[in-house]
This record gives sequence, structure tokens and C-alpha cells, in this order.
Amino acid sequence: MTAVLEASGVSFAYDRHGPRVLDAASLTVRPRAILGLLGPNGSGKTTLLRLLSGTLTPDAGHVTIEGTPLSALSRRDLARRIAVVPQETHSAFDFTVLDIVLMGRYPHLGAFELEGAQDLAIARDALAATGTAAFETRRFGTLSGGEKQRVVVASALAQASDVLLLDEPTASLDLGFQFEVAGLLGRLNRERGVTMVVSTHDLNLAAALCTELALIKDGRILAQGAIADVLTASNVRALYGVDADVQFHPRAGHVTVVPIARA
Amino acid sequence: MRAPETAVTLQRRLAVTLAGFGALAFFACLLAPLVGSTPIHLARVFDRSIPFADNVDAQIFFVARLPRVLAAALVGSGLALAGVVFQALLRNPLASPDTLGVSAGAALGAMLAITFHADFTLLSVSAVPLASFAGSIGALAMVYGLSAARRRGQSTMVLLLAGVTLTALLSAVVRFVQYLADFTATFQTVRWLMGSLDVAGYSSIVAALVPMAIAIAGYATLPRVLDLMSLGAEAAAARGVDVTRSERVALVSASLSTGAAVSLGGPVAFVGIIVPHLVRLIVGADHRLVLPASALFGAAFLVACDLVARTALAPVELPVGIVTAIIGGPFFLWLLFRKA
Repeated sequence: MTAVLEASGVSFAYDRHGPRVLDAASLTVRPRAILGLLGPNGSGKTTLLRLLSGTLTPDAGHVTIEGTPLSALSRRDLARRIAVVPQETHSAFDFTVLDIVLMGRYPHLGAFELEGAQDLAIARDALAATGTAAFETRRFGTLSGGEKQRVVVASALAQASDVLLLDEPTASLDLGFQFEVAGLLGRLNRERGVTMVVSTHDLNLAAALCTELALIKDGRILAQGAIADVLTASNVRALYGVDADVQFHPRAGHVTVVPIARA
Repeated sequence: MRAPETAVTLQRRLAVTLAGFGALAFFACLLAPLVGSTPIHLARVFDRSIPFADNVDAQIFFVARLPRVLAAALVGSGLALAGVVFQALLRNPLASPDTLGVSAGAALGAMLAITFHADFTLLSVSAVPLASFAGSIGALAMVYGLSAARRRGQSTMVLLLAGVTLTALLSAVVRFVQYLADFTATFQTVRWLMGSLDVAGYSSIVAALVPMAIAIAGYATLPRVLDLMSLGAEAAAARGVDVTRSERVALVSASLSTGAAVSLGGPVAFVGIIVPHLVRLIVGADHRLVLPASALFGAAFLVACDLVARTALAPVELPVGIVTAIIGGPFFLWLLFRKA
């Protein structure tokens, strides 16, 4: 038994008579792994993450966390074990950075309980770990994209969950911020042992960051395994219809993918 | 500067906020009845040495003017609270009972009850507030249904457009009913539809207090949920909020308090937008402060507006809705164009 989070044969359709977004997909997330989820647009990555976080319930199959079905846990219990970082976060109102991070403490507090010294310490620790302590009192809305994303990661860390699910966390960031957020995730994984599932379109970032990859297309998992086994030229062609040069890059220290032509 | 402990600072901020806005609401309700065609004095009103039957000042204060002031306070609170909730749920600062068509629905319900002299009670709540609540929840259900049909997860823009359309439609129905009604009923409802706090005695206030109390019990569970919902429903769910249940509590509470307010004072415009905005400018974004502060400030605000309505063109009394619209219209436009 080596899975923290496991999806077994999950299927899901947003409309009862609509197309199946996921079709009997199975995925195993091992402890301390960074599992990369790769697949073309509309392949079901985001839906799979929603099923893994329990915000959606599968029509068939089931998701378990350390053997317990998610359906047996309350929203509050789920949030203590699984945190989510969406692609982008906007706040409708002028919250400060500290406010946003303290919201991660919600599942640990009673209905009318205010955040105490311990919650504040956890929030500050999360700010420090993500390099955002300096903006504590700034308005969240005034931060840049990369800064916002780090603050949202801090908020997820304050949730003190075992697993972090990230949906294209670098999609709207420029190269510098992509590098920064990826570096942060790698460090949190090494230093704090946070297990992660990261969906992304950036194959090179996935190769650099992840310990394992899963390929998803048309709602089915094509493959899951070590990077060297899964990130191959034939799989890239199968996923995206693109001929690519896949090689180990000695300076980068990982496999790199250079797209050559539409297959 | 670093705060030592959030619970302590939040408790202190909550205490300061409640004390400040509470004092504002209290003094508004205490002082507003002193102003009017016959000047009266606070000291004489509360002079216990004169029996009530002989104390003209006390009679004017408690019988003639206080009911109206309390009605204004209740209406202001109810609309402001509903505004806060709609803005947080829809993540849009322009959402309010007026813009979503909820006020118009409540107005239609209440107007039907007035025009057809409906006379029934349920759990000691009388016909007009009941019909008003039914109208507000009906309008809200329609707006939600329309937008949900378009796609899962309400798009705020669609919802606001649906609200505008619904308001126009319901206003037409209101005018149609007026057209059919007899002259005295029409005269009564025209005045009332402009937003008028011309209440006599305490019975209508007590009737509106029941739905208001239920709404407040619902609101009490919501502040932190609204904070999280303002990051989006999915983000809130991922942090442990039961979104479906919370939304239900929020919408029923907001419909109840809008219904209570409209049954008492008519569809007084713009209170649900102005008050939450001014409060957020003062206390910040945290709904644990915004919600109670808006209830208190909403009360003070409408008492003040009604004072203007009563005295500006004395001896003629304006409907309070005209005063709030004259203040609120430009404010709404300023909000729209401020960020552009």
C-alpha cells in the first residue's frame, strides 16, 4: 500500500447526457511524490484534479485518501488533508496578503472561532516558506501574477494538508515567474515532504520538477510512470500530435522536449 | 507593524467597530424623533416626573415619530445586509437587492397583498411581509434559474443582466395591477412604491421583526464563509466550505431580510449598494466586521435619509426612496466608472 491518494476507474460527465470528460481513469499518487499530469486541452486534467480534491464526486469509480473514500469525509475533513492551488485567484474585495493566507486555516477553526496565535504562527511560517513574508500587509490585488501565485501556495500550506493539488500553476506566468514557482514547489517537496499533483502544459517544467508523470487524453490515462519511461517522442506525438525531439539535457539535468513539427 | 495575535486584534477591531457603528445607530434613532414640525426636547421626553398622558413631548416622541424612525432603521439594516451577502456571493460589487430584481419581486408581492386586501397570518407573520418575502424569493429563484440554465456556476454578468430584465418585467406587472386596482388602493401603493416609511404604530414593525430575526440568525453563520466565497466557490470548497448549504442559507436570509424591509418601507433604492461600500472603505474586507457594521450603518443611514425626507420640503414629506435615489444614483455611477 503505497498510495496517499488514489483514483480507481473514475468516470465523470458534467451533464447527465453529455460526453464523459473522464472515462474509467485510474491514478496513484505516492507519498512525497510530485506527480505531473500532462494532456492536451480538454483532456480532463482539471476535472481529474476536482475529483481528487473531492469538489466533484465521480459518477462511477471512487477516490480514496490513505484508503478512506473521499465520499466518507466531510468538506472540512477533506480540506484538512487536501489543499488546492488554482490557475489564477482573484479576490472580489481588498483583502491583505495575511488575510488570504489565514483563510487557509478555515477548516481547522470552529464555527465562531477567531484565528489565534498558533494560526498566525502557521500563516507566517507559510509566508516565510514561500518568500512572501515581506508583503504580509499589502493588498492581494496589488501583487503581480507570480507574487499572487506564491501567496496562494502559502494559503494552501497554511491549510496544513498532506496533499497539494495544483492546476496549471504557472500557466499565466512569464518565464521568470514560472521558474520561481517551480523552484518553490520543488523546495517545499524536498524540505517539507509535501505530496503534489501538478497539471501543466509545460513539458520541460514537468520534466524538471516532477518525480513521476501521468498522461491523460480523452478522459483516459494513457500511461503513468517515471519520466524517462513516459516522456518519450512517441507519447508526445500520441498526446499532442506533434513531432518532438526528446533528449536528456546535460546542463539542465533533465529530459527536454523540443517541438519540431505538427505530426 | 506586526500585530501580536490576530484573535486579539480581531476581537479589538470587532469591539471598536460594533461600539462605533452601534453608537451611530443608537444616537440616530434617539435624536431623529426630536426633529419635526413641533419641536420637542429630549429632557422632557424622558422626564419621569410627568405622567405619560400629560407629557406631550413623550407622546410625540413615542407615538408619532419613533415608529417611523425604527421602521427606517429596520429597513436600512435589512437592505444593507442583503447587499453585503449578494456582493460576496456573486463576487460583484454592483450586486444588490435592487440590481438583482429581488426588491422588485418583494414589491410586487407586497403590492398584490395590499391591493387585494389579503388578510391572513402564518406563524404570527401577517400577509404583507409574507407576500413580500414570497415575491423576493420568487424573483431570486427566477434569476438563478435563468442563469443556471445558461451554464453551470452562475456567471455574474448574466445574473446581473437577468436582474435588470426581471426588474423591468416586474415593474410592468406592478403597473398593470395598479391600472386594474381601485383609486384608493392605487393612491396607497403609488406612495409606497416610491419607498415610504409612513408607518403608523408598532404593529407593522413587530410583524417585520420575525422574518428579520430569522434572517439575522442565518447571517450570523456566514461571515467567514463570505470571505472565502469572495475568492470563488471552488476556492471556498477547497478550504472546507460546504458551498451548496452556505449559498442556500445566504440566499434565504437575504430574501427574508429584503422581504421584511420592502414590506415595511417599499423598495427603497440603493441602500444595499451604498452602505456596504462605505462600510468596506472604513473597516476593510473582513466580513466578520463588514456584516455587523453594515447592519448598524444601514440603520443610521436610512434614519438620516428619512430625516431629510421629512424636513427638506416641510411641511411636505418626500418619500424616502427619492432621497436615497438622489444620493445613490450618482454614487452608483461613480462606482461603475471609478475602476475603468
